[in-house]
Amino acid sequence: MTSLFRSTAQCLRSGLAVYRARPAGGRSRAASARFLCSAELQKDLGEMVKKDKVVVFIKGTPAQPMCGFSNAVVQILRMHGVDEYAAYNVLEDQDLRQGRHRDPAAPAGQLQVEIRAPAKLCTVDDEEGVKDFSNWPTIPQVYFDGEFVGGCDILLQMHQNGDLVEELKKLGIRSALLDA
Amino acid sequence: MAVTADHIRTKLTKDLEAVHVDVEDTTSNRCTTSFKVLVVSPQFNGKSLLQRHRMVNTCLAEELKEIHAFEQKTLTPEQWDKQ
Repeated sequence: MTSLFRSTAQCLRSGLAVYRARPAGGRSRAASARFLCSAELQKDLGEMVKKDKVVVFIKGTPAQPMCGFSNAVVQILRMHGVDEYAAYNVLEDQDLRQGRHRDPAAPAGQLQVEIRAPAKLCTVDDEEGVKDFSNWPTIPQVYFDGEFVGGCDILLQMHQNGDLVEELKKLGIRSALLDA
Repeated sequence: MAVTADHIRTKLTKDLEAVHVDVEDTTSNRCTTSFKVLVVSPQFNGKSLLQRHRMVNTCLAEELKEIHAFEQKTLTPEQWDKQ
């Protein structure tokens, strides 16, 4: 009996080791968990992007972007004087809080959400959820008035050709560049 | 399987009838696959920036799963001539 218990425990342990050694296993598990609550998540994301006039999904936070593309979005918004916007961090909140750099091979975890002004915290699924929701393959993602605007390249081009000033005007936000 | 610049160029030229494609491998030490592309295609005529980028994303949907970072610029032949 004891030996049976021991071998079972060994099986469990080795099974766990295999799971940890192969991120693909973690991926598929995360995918099935996502499948279960995907309808709910899509609804949540639908509400999240409508809650604030300007909503961005980035890697890191506006204060500490963890990727050059996310940083570009933050800097463009800052240039236009857009201070009040919701920024959702698609990286794991655990890793971010502890200042660890996220292993790209590790299964994507919970999505930590930080909204600046008004400060608010909520948690949804991982970045795959956002990608599916907008049918857009990359982060960052920008939303104006609940509408998907695009990624970093699109925001940068809108900034360069003046469209961004116009789009902000539609939101009732006066670009700081007009007063510069 | 690594995605190559040539592969991306061929696919965009074929699927989007692009008349000019620049593919730059922007891979740094950290990332394995990063690309910057410039696509000039008559198919972009009358399409918004978002629609154009979606066309490129759709064309490279399979490749984007492998790609870590992806930058794109989309121009019509007229816009390209002006530059």
